[in-house]
Parts: sequence; structure tokens; C-alpha cells
Amino acid sequence: MKGNFIDNLPKVYGIYTGGFIGFIIIMAIAEQMGMSAKAIGIAFVAFTVFIYALIGWLSRTAQADAYYVAGRQVPTVFNGMATAADWMSGASFVAMAGGIYFKGYGYMALLVGWTGGYVLVASLLAPYLRKFGCYTVPDFIGTRYGGNLARFSAVVVLTVASFTYVTAQINATGTIASVALDIPFQYAVYVGLISILLCSMLGGMRGVTWTQVAQYIVLIIAYLLPVFWISNKMGAGFFPHFMLADEVARIGELEQQFGFVKNAAADLKSVPKGLAGITKAHSAVNATPWAFISLALAMMMGTASLPHVMMRYFTTPSVKAARKSVGWSLFFIFLLYSSAPMLATLSKLSLIDPNLPTGIIGKTFAEVEAIDWYQNWNQANLMFISDFNGNGTLELNEFFMGGKAVVLATPEIAGLPYVISGLVAAGGMAAAMSTADGLILAIANAISHDVYYKIIDPKAETAKRLLVARVLLVIIGFAGATIAAMEIQGILGSVIWAFDFAMSGLFFPLVLGVWWKRANRQGAIAGMLGGLIAGAWYLVWVRTGGSGFLGITQLTFGIFGSAVSLVLMVVVSLMTAEPDKATQKMVDDVRVPSGKSILGKSH
Amino acid sequence: MSNQQKHWEKTRGLLFITLAIWFVFSIGIFLFGAEMNEVTGPFGYPWTYWFTCQGSLGAFVILIFWFANRQEKIDEEFGFSEREDE
Repeated sequence: MKGNFIDNLPKVYGIYTGGFIGFIIIMAIAEQMGMSAKAIGIAFVAFTVFIYALIGWLSRTAQADAYYVAGRQVPTVFNGMATAADWMSGASFVAMAGGIYFKGYGYMALLVGWTGGYVLVASLLAPYLRKFGCYTVPDFIGTRYGGNLARFSAVVVLTVASFTYVTAQINATGTIASVALDIPFQYAVYVGLISILLCSMLGGMRGVTWTQVAQYIVLIIAYLLPVFWISNKMGAGFFPHFMLADEVARIGELEQQFGFVKNAAADLKSVPKGLAGITKAHSAVNATPWAFISLALAMMMGTASLPHVMMRYFTTPSVKAARKSVGWSLFFIFLLYSSAPMLATLSKLSLIDPNLPTGIIGKTFAEVEAIDWYQNWNQANLMFISDFNGNGTLELNEFFMGGKAVVLATPEIAGLPYVISGLVAAGGMAAAMSTADGLILAIANAISHDVYYKIIDPKAETAKRLLVARVLLVIIGFAGATIAAMEIQGILGSVIWAFDFAMSGLFFPLVLGVWWKRANRQGAIAGMLGGLIAGAWYLVWVRTGGSGFLGITQLTFGIFGSAVSLVLMVVVSLMTAEPDKATQKMVDDVRVPSGKSILGKSH
Repeated sequence: MSNQQKHWEKTRGLLFITLAIWFVFSIGIFLFGAEMNEVTGPFGYPWTYWFTCQGSLGAFVILIFWFANRQEKIDEEFGFSEREDE
């Protein structure tokens, strides 16, 4: 190929996409020829992980700006894809459709929150941080406010938030690896971790960028193909997003007909842990305005504070490109998020509509227990039925399912070939790996650049800095995997907590750093540490039986944390001296796109 | 007022408009979620349901591109847009 790598990107990824589709077709043919379901699952996961590792190896680098910000030459659209992969985690891929399936409207606040946050990213932060020219988020805080304590506080908040998030992602890679490769979860977690490190260790941000683009392509094909296929197979409509209104209405009808019967607590004891029944209306408004809005708001402000997302916009060639790139990121995220409710609708209707061949409600228990897919997913502990009222017929309240099953089992229920299930496993793996990579890199870079290089040893040579960065990457990865192997908190819960931690400590120090010239070091430190402590305290208080106030729950504690952060930051800033002239000039320079970045190309 | 102050004033104005639109689609309409869901909206979905699935999400995508274009125009107007060689 002629020309440099960047100019050839569309061609490179075009060939890659074609190759991946070719691989799917080969697997489909192999399935027809009698390849076992297990072998297909292994082939999908092993093949894709091998490709990512190869990209990671090809992207190896010994330069600081390539390692930290991919040489600042990632084109707008490709950075959008990489950010979308970075953003959409195992939770988005595997758990989101399930959440919508069970909780309906109240849960969909997450859809609004996880997309609306990008408006804040684009308008309040990303272009200004790009102009600043920092390598990491604490790099901005440390330079704007000055002083090691401010820098270190930012590293602390970043580490708390990102580490909470990353254990969930390593957990998700472990879950998928253990199902696809059929090995115990405790080992699968480390298989997942090694795959993750293969992508990021040699090339840092550059390696992560180009593997994330590859992972986005896999995950979006793996998500959309089954949705369109199932919709067509059910006769629900050629383009599900525009054509499922009848199905949504039909679910409402069936809900009326069956009613939501409340199960006795004693009956529910027999249901395996983690499984749930349908207890909420599918499309009706089932949450109070504040419950919906507070969750959406927490997720939006969290989005604008999470360092692994923000640092993706440090890699664009210009400020202008950073802004556009946020738009592309959200467009690529939109493709998946707008499909999740459609998948939930198709999945629910195919199970509960007695008029459909796949519907199981209203059938006898013997009939349901004889179905192949029911046996498979019951064995995998993701489906369960129990005849509470003893009439021999399955009722809506007697059917239980795990949240993951909506994405993982629906293709099989709808009668799609197994090759699709293998594809979905590869997609879930890609989603979890890409996010884990971004997070581990964010933590390792912050510690190696901001703590080691900027605070401990400012004279360190590039080679030594990058060695420290890589060693930290491995240590943090193993620490995350070890905690993930203990399975303390569910995937979705820890993800939401990460957003709350990030917004508690970082939202206002970041935003006011650009938008309020008067904000100073003392205020920022008070805001970061005070916000984080207040948020953490609220979480512990509610978890240990505290009643909470203003309807703020353990999922939205960031609202309290960030409010404390804002008040502390403003009050302390105003009580202490205003920033010096040089700092004010720096803020002025950040506010215009033209001119040199505040920090040098290599620093 | 210096050129840079005028630039910042316009930039801030754009921010407020952007945040106002953002507020409508992320918070404002969900204050009336229950009432709005009674009405049939685009493609036959109930309005609130449609907004949570597609409407608000799509509005955010369009809003960001619109914002990016407007901000570029403001930067050009005051001569603050980046040159290619920087």
C-alpha cells in the first residue's frame, strides 16, 4: 500500500471488515457441515482476540506522545469509533437490553444519560482540554491549578472511579471467556486480562486506539445483525427501529391480559439468584419524573468526568477535530443504544405471545421443559420456571430469566443458527475488552505520568517513563482481575458507581477550570477531595441502611457528591487569593483554538 | 472590548443555547413523561417511549454537530481558527 498508515485507514479497516464478514460466512458454512456449537464459540473468540493482539503488536512504540496520545493524529471519524468502543462496555452490550426488558422506562434513563452526557463533553470540555495539550486528565488539573497536591487529588479521584469500573469489565470478559471457551470463571478472568494487556502494553494509546476501532466494528455487527434478523424472522418489520410500534402495543395488550401477579416471598425463594420475572409494564411510564431525571443527570455529568473517555479527545489532530469527533462518537453509540430497546421488545414478545411459535406463556410445564433452548439456558442458570399456583400451565409470573439472557439467548430462541451466538460472544468480548483497555490505560498513564514523572522523578528519560507505564499497566490489570475474580458487585452496579465517583470529584474542577477564571488551587483541591469524600460517605450511609434524602439513591449519590464539590470549590476559591496573572493568561489561551497548545508536544 | 473578549462572549452565548436545547431533551420533556406517553408519536410509538428509545438520543447527535459547526463559524469570525500547519 502506498502512502502512510493514516491515509490508508479507510482501506485498512475496509479490508478488515470484509475479512470479518468472510469469517462469519466461513463459520456459517462450517456449522452446516457439522462443526460443533462449542468449536464455533471458541473459533469466534480466539480469532478476534488474535487479531486485536496482532494490531496491538503492530502499534508498538517507544515515543512518549505516541504512547500517551497516539501521536495526536487520529482522524475524526476513526476516533469516534474508538471512543464508541471505549465507551460501550460489557454492561452496554450484554446487560442493557436486559435491563430495559425487566425495568422498562425507569431503566431507560440510562439510555438518555449515557448519550446526553456527550453534549456536555463537546460543549464544556473536550475542545478546551485538547487545546491544553495534556497527556492525561490530572495533567490538566495539575497545570491549570498548579501544585502537586491538586495533581495528586485528581489522580486519586480518577483511580477510584476507573478502578471501580474496570473490575466490572474484567468480570465481563471473564464471564464471556468462560462460556465461550468452557473454562472455570476464576481462570477465564485471567485469560480475559491477558487478551486486554496484549492490546495496550506495547503501543499504549496508539495500540488501544487501533484495536478499539477494530473492536467497534466487531461489536456493532454482532449487535445489529441479530436484531435485524430476528425482527425479519418474526415478521415484525424489515427495519425494526421504525416498525415495532405494533409489537410494543401488543406487549401492552398481553400485559393487560395476563396481569402482573405478585409472587409470595416464600415462592420467590426457590428462584435462583440473579434471575427476575417481568413485573413492570414495557412501554408505560413507571418511574417518577425525579427518579428518571436524577439518574439521567448523574450519568450525564459522570460521562463528562470519566477520564478514559476524555482522554480519547486528546488524540485528535486539532481542536476542531475534537469537537466533531464527539459528534461521531455519539453517532456510533446511537447505533447500538437505539437498537437495545428494539431487541428487548422482540425478545419479550417472542417469549410471551402465545400466538407466536416461540411463545411459552400459556404452554404446559412439560411442553416448556422439553424445549432445547430452555434446557440449555436453564442449565446455564439464566432461565427458570416454577409452577407456583400448581395449575400445570406457565403464567407470566412463573417465568424467570437472567438479564444477560436477552442478548445472549434471544438469537437461539428465535431459531437463528448457532453462528450468530458465536458472533454475539465475540461482540460482547470486544465491548468489554475495549472498555477495560481504555480504563487500565487511563489509570496507568495517570500514575506513570502524573505521579511518577511529574511528582517523583521529573528528570526520568522517555525509555524509563514508558517502562514504568507498562509495569503499572500489568500491576493494575492483575489487581483488577483479582478483585473481579471475587465477584463482589454485579457488572451494572459497579459501572453506575464509577460514574457517580467521577462526577463527585472531577466534574466541577474540570468545568470550572475552563469556564471560571477565578477558580484557584485551594478551591479545586477542596472540590475534588470534598466531593469524593461526600459522595463515598453518602454511598456507605445508604448501603448501611441510611434513609438518604431528596430521593438520591445509591445509584445517584454523585448528585450529592458533586453538589458538595461545587459549593466547596466556589466558597474556598472566593475565600482565597485569585489565581496569578500567568494562570489567567493560560485560561485565556485555552479558550481560543488557534495558537500553540499550553503544554509542549512532548512533556 | 478586545477581539478575544468578544469571541468568548459569543462562545458563551452558544454554550447557553446548546445547554438549553440539551436541557429540553434530557430533562425538560421527562417532567411530563406520564402525560406525554398517552399520545401516539413518531412511527406509532407512544411519545415518551419514543423519546427514550430514539428521539432524545438522535437529538443529541444532531445538537453536537450543529454546535461544532456554529463554534467553528465563531472561531473563523474572530480569526481564532487553527491553521493547518499548527
